[in-house]
Amino acid sequence: MDILRDHNWVLSVGTFLPLAGVLVMLFIPKAEEQLQKAVALITALATLGVGVYTLTLFNYDRAGEMQFVAQTNWISVIKSTYYIGIDGISLPLYILSMVITVLVMIYSWDHIPSPGNPKAFLMLMLVLQTGMAGTFISQDLILFFVFFELVLLPMYFMIGVWGGENRQYASLKFFLYTMFGSALMLVAFLALFFKTGAESFAIPYLVEHGGAIAKNTQVWIFAGMFIGFAVKVPMFPFHTWLPDAHTQAPTQGSVILAAVLLKLGTYGFIRIAIPMLPHAAREWAPYIGLLAVIGIIYGALGCLAQTDMKRLIAFSSVAHMGFVMLGISTLTSFGMNAAVFGMVAHGLITGMLFFVAGSVKERYHTLEIARLGGMLKQVPHLGWILGFCVMASLGLPGLAGFWGEFPAILSAYSPLHGLSEGTFRVFMVIAAMGTVLAAAYLLWLFQRTAFGEPKPEFGGPSSDSHGQHDHASHDDAHHSDIHDVTVYEWVAWTPLLIGIVVFGVMPNLLFKLIDPAVAAIVSHIGG
Amino acid sequence: MLSTLFAVANWVSPAVDYHAIAPEIIVAVGICVVLLADLFIADRSKWLLSTVAGFTLLGAFIPVLTLALSDVGPRSLFDGRYVIDDFSIVMKGLFLLSAYVIVLLSTTHIEEGDYYQGEYWVLMLSSILGMLMMTSSRDLVSIFVALEFLSIPAYMLAAWRKRDAKSNEAGVKYFLLGVFASAVMLYGMSLLYGVANSTLLSDLAAEISGELTAIRVLAVVFVVVGFAFKVSAVPFHTWAPDTYEGAPTPVTAFLSVASKAAGFVALVTVLYVAVPGASDVWQPLIWVLAALTMTVGNVMALRQTNIVRMLAYSSIAQGGFILMPLAVAAEGNSSAAVLRSVVTYLIVYAATNLGMFGIILAVSRKTRSGEVASFGGLFSYAPGIGALATIFLASLAGIPPLGGWIGKFSAFQAVLEAGTTWGYVLAVIGAVNSVIAFGYYGNVMREMWMRPVPNGDTSPIATPAPLKLALGITGIATLALGILPGVALHFGDIAVFTSAFGG
Repeated sequence: MDILRDHNWVLSVGTFLPLAGVLVMLFIPKAEEQLQKAVALITALATLGVGVYTLTLFNYDRAGEMQFVAQTNWISVIKSTYYIGIDGISLPLYILSMVITVLVMIYSWDHIPSPGNPKAFLMLMLVLQTGMAGTFISQDLILFFVFFELVLLPMYFMIGVWGGENRQYASLKFFLYTMFGSALMLVAFLALFFKTGAESFAIPYLVEHGGAIAKNTQVWIFAGMFIGFAVKVPMFPFHTWLPDAHTQAPTQGSVILAAVLLKLGTYGFIRIAIPMLPHAAREWAPYIGLLAVIGIIYGALGCLAQTDMKRLIAFSSVAHMGFVMLGISTLTSFGMNAAVFGMVAHGLITGMLFFVAGSVKERYHTLEIARLGGMLKQVPHLGWILGFCVMASLGLPGLAGFWGEFPAILSAYSPLHGLSEGTFRVFMVIAAMGTVLAAAYLLWLFQRTAFGEPKPEFGGPSSDSHGQHDHASHDDAHHSDIHDVTVYEWVAWTPLLIGIVVFGVMPNLLFKLIDPAVAAIVSHIGG
Repeated sequence: MLSTLFAVANWVSPAVDYHAIAPEIIVAVGICVVLLADLFIADRSKWLLSTVAGFTLLGAFIPVLTLALSDVGPRSLFDGRYVIDDFSIVMKGLFLLSAYVIVLLSTTHIEEGDYYQGEYWVLMLSSILGMLMMTSSRDLVSIFVALEFLSIPAYMLAAWRKRDAKSNEAGVKYFLLGVFASAVMLYGMSLLYGVANSTLLSDLAAEISGELTAIRVLAVVFVVVGFAFKVSAVPFHTWAPDTYEGAPTPVTAFLSVASKAAGFVALVTVLYVAVPGASDVWQPLIWVLAALTMTVGNVMALRQTNIVRMLAYSSIAQGGFILMPLAVAAEGNSSAAVLRSVVTYLIVYAATNLGMFGIILAVSRKTRSGEVASFGGLFSYAPGIGALATIFLASLAGIPPLGGWIGKFSAFQAVLEAGTTWGYVLAVIGAVNSVIAFGYYGNVMREMWMRPVPNGDTSPIATPAPLKLALGITGIATLALGILPGVALHFGDIAVFTSAFGG
């Protein structure tokens, strides 16, 4: 029996198990909120359990090949099959999506955002999980597209119903941008299908035959895919939906969006666009690199101009995804390794930052940086966790962020043979300056929110309680919310914090997994 | 004179395959039963009529099934003027099932009004009979007869609420423009007959090919324009919004799904069987119509505040998507994919759109309003209906994994399979349009999920049983077609016509 097909049920079960939870929840009355939460959490944990089991079955010596491959008929008329598999690139992202969902579920236990209705909220989250996991295991373009789109609606509702004040605008913007991208992407997929002889939508088949398409045609098809994926990443200048969506989304939505959804775009570049259209990828690489470094600098400058903590983190995502795209644009094995690592690291770190931002908002009822301060005194644990994430995010060696950022910059020193070295070295210098800016805005954020004394309005020292009896009750209401990290938060955050340290100290855990798979993809470009 | 009489006396009836036309016969009998029963039963028992109508349709579906399962190839009757092949069987099944859902949608609505119930069912069944005939007609005359047979009852249905000015306006507009379209088409048909000296579609195909003379071009253009009215393609769509808004809601569902599908059936039959040789004429024409229809339909729908009117424009835009692949039907090897896409699209569109009309009927029973704003907060007090409505809207917007996406997907696939520059341009126009469309579908979703309930009235919605059944059928169909799209595509995989293009 083919070792790569052994146990191939694990992926399907891991992907569709959340839907079983959704079905169960459908039949539980809305009023049974605790039961709803319990079922959702158990489903997510069971899904993660299947994921962990997948990890134990995975053959790490053959991480460059697709494993647990399953292929059955699905839409035979259009030659699309239910074709799934997982390799060293997909695996970390697949598991990441499961971990994040579990943590978000735990966090949701006592943090259901207004207007409540945990039933619908958690059901949407489980559907989202199926979409995310499915995207990473699809080996068929149509299947990929279906899963890619499946995440849209739940996210739309999550932002639009449970979001902040401007939620309706933000959710519609998110949806229209993404949908515009994916509509063109679908046209590009179909064009690719027909240009390779209308034989199959299987990704391996298209990777093998896509290279034979004429260069000019490739460039056009790539353009369609580029828009689809670049909107999702998001790359400058398609990023404008992101700050709005992040700022307005509920904490859970922001975390999932940052940790997993953005990766769907970069993953699409690595898995689909670049290996299938190698000639076009070479043509496009300098432009992708250019947009990536613009994203780095623009995102950083954007951060410096923000007064809202969540919005600042959102802009920092634009910058970080710029590093990932820079790594990808070099088309080298080194750069793509960095990119995939960066995707995972960004998922852990920025996910964590959004958790912290959500908790700050819950305590202080504001995310305005100018009004915050003295967190280290008032809520020391929360303050230090923020400090830790800030350090990780700015790329401190020894934490996960470093291994995404530094190799990405380094890889631009020597891009794939045939790409202009001069151009990429300029990109490298600019990107390096971006890290300085990143340190600036992140430290500035930390300094303003965590150092010093708490502001008077939140019970800081200058508030004179004797003279303000009239306002006492009002102030009490304000202060009573300000407490340190709760048990649920500790449970939800610890795995991420551990992950950031572990992958920071032992990056090889991940690189060992990614490298063979990346090498397999790069081999299609080099040829 | 005498010789004529002799001729009549010698007339022998042609051999009729009664199995083949059993669906039509059953519906015809059903019409008579409803008509007669209506005369004799008391007013309080009129509900029986809807039951009879429903069972007639289901009864007629049985021979459709047996025909589909029989091994006999295409059955040709009356010298090839009436053909029962895979295409007509699939479309007959679609018409009967959608008509059944429409009966379910109408039942309560019709019983609660104080208008004529018997007439409603007779007219509806007659129109269905016309549609069944349309699927099998392979002759200009029978196509025209079928088209009038399905249209004339529909005109009357649109004006069914006769004391309501809007309903009257709907009927009159629909009638006047419909008749005008028929006249244009008939003129085109007369030219075709003049050229080919035959009304049989397959005879026309031989005559309309090669270098086309002006009269042939004119004939084809007139016929296509006539059908463009029927499928409410822009710029021949002006009747649709007013008619849809004014007609009783179940009738609107009927017009926007069944009647429109019948128009497409006729158009496809004529293009594929009669005038494939004139593809140089009709392809560019349909290209322009499709691009205009999608774009104008969508942009106008964005501006609507009345949900039925919005769905009217949405159905115009959806019609554009169905037309889209026909613009490249004769290019390369695309003809089979084009036919598949049209049939698939019609199937998923029927399921989804009927479902959405069911939602509108259910909601308006409570709110008594047709405004989009009346959907405010629906999800919070009626999560079941809210979730179903979301599914239908998302399906109309073409979001996987719901039925609508496979329709859109197969349309894109067919257009791109042609591999022409014009095909690619049209596909990109279609892609951009599918994004615009989300603007108004998403707007309704936003009302349901994110806006407060108007007047704070959160009393539950009482959905009568037939409506529930209709929503259940369409909801399951919409989901199933999206997750197992092979089912719909399989029905569309029909080889009968495509040989006309010579591959």
